[in-house]
Amino acid sequence: MKLPVAAVLAFALSAGFVQAEPVRQGDLEIDAAWARASIGSSRPGAAYFTVRNLGDEADRLTGLSSPVSAMPMLHETTLSEGISRMAHVEAAEIPAGGELTLEPGGMHVMLMELTTPLKEGATFPLTLTFEAGGEITVEMPVFGPGATGPAE
Amino acid sequence: MKLTLAQKMLWAASALALIAFAALAWTGGLRAGGTGEAAQEAFRPEFRLEDAADRPVTSEGFRGRYQLVFFGFTNCPDVCPTTLSEVAQVMDGLGSEADRVQPLFISVDSERDAGAELAEFTSAFHPSILGLAGSPEATQAATESFKVFFAREDDAAAPDGYSMAHASALYLIGPDGDWLRQYAYGMPAADILADLQNRL
Repeated sequence: MKLPVAAVLAFALSAGFVQAEPVRQGDLEIDAAWARASIGSSRPGAAYFTVRNLGDEADRLTGLSSPVSAMPMLHETTLSEGISRMAHVEAAEIPAGGELTLEPGGMHVMLMELTTPLKEGATFPLTLTFEAGGEITVEMPVFGPGATGPAE
Repeated sequence: MKLTLAQKMLWAASALALIAFAALAWTGGLRAGGTGEAAQEAFRPEFRLEDAADRPVTSEGFRGRYQLVFFGFTNCPDVCPTTLSEVAQVMDGLGSEADRVQPLFISVDSERDAGAELAEFTSAFHPSILGLAGSPEATQAATESFKVFFAREDDAAAPDGYSMAHASALYLIGPDGDWLRQYAYGMPAADILADLQNRL
């Protein structure tokens, strides 16, 4: 009965019933991780997550790496007077007891130079490097190209 | 102190002038900001662009139908998919009335977007979305007629070293070609749908 299991899993992924469990390491917790299916592999993909800092010292997200992208970058969309722009963010702070939220229309990981298209229903590892917290690898579920949140 | 009739009239006139000036400044400010949803003077955007099969497409070709227009570029991983997914929800929500609305995605990235690339992008969101692109001149003319802003901005951390800044709203054009309103970025699809259904 391998096929039904795969079918149920595929359905669950597309319907958003599978939500990645939060990943805790040290004082940091990564939650609500998801990526958008890419359209082919020539255009950048986008990935989002929330980092909670449960400790009493601020930390910084300083690096990203993933086998699916030769150039993952932290970007922030800014909206001003109805114009949207993207700007590269070198590092993002997670205040003590606070959180850093990556979400559509705000900060996001732009996955450039994809080595493979990001297909809906698949997952891929994304490693986040923190100044104090070290490296944390999260398995990113891929939702549809029109997904707008981790529960899509 | 007792004011003469002439003095009273002068005071009244200056008060009126002040009110008129404030009103002008206020509406003028809204228009310049471009993010408000205030009514603008009627105007009729025009464009002459190409679809993914390089066939010419003009604004006149959509008379009799509403147009829901978004300006963006296909290398845009965040704002453009978010908005196009809202457009897809709106089109699904329209049901049997969907054929009265034509969603258009007009690329402001004439360097990279054309042909099959464009169709691959728009069809990922909804089959009804028509992707249009054109020469730099035609793109400039289209955006000017919609009174929307875009600019190529160098960004070493973006694909090909640049990104496009662009107006992020959706624009609604009526069956006679008149600009009707804009839906600001982030407006829930349900609200856009409700507004459209009121008009259909």
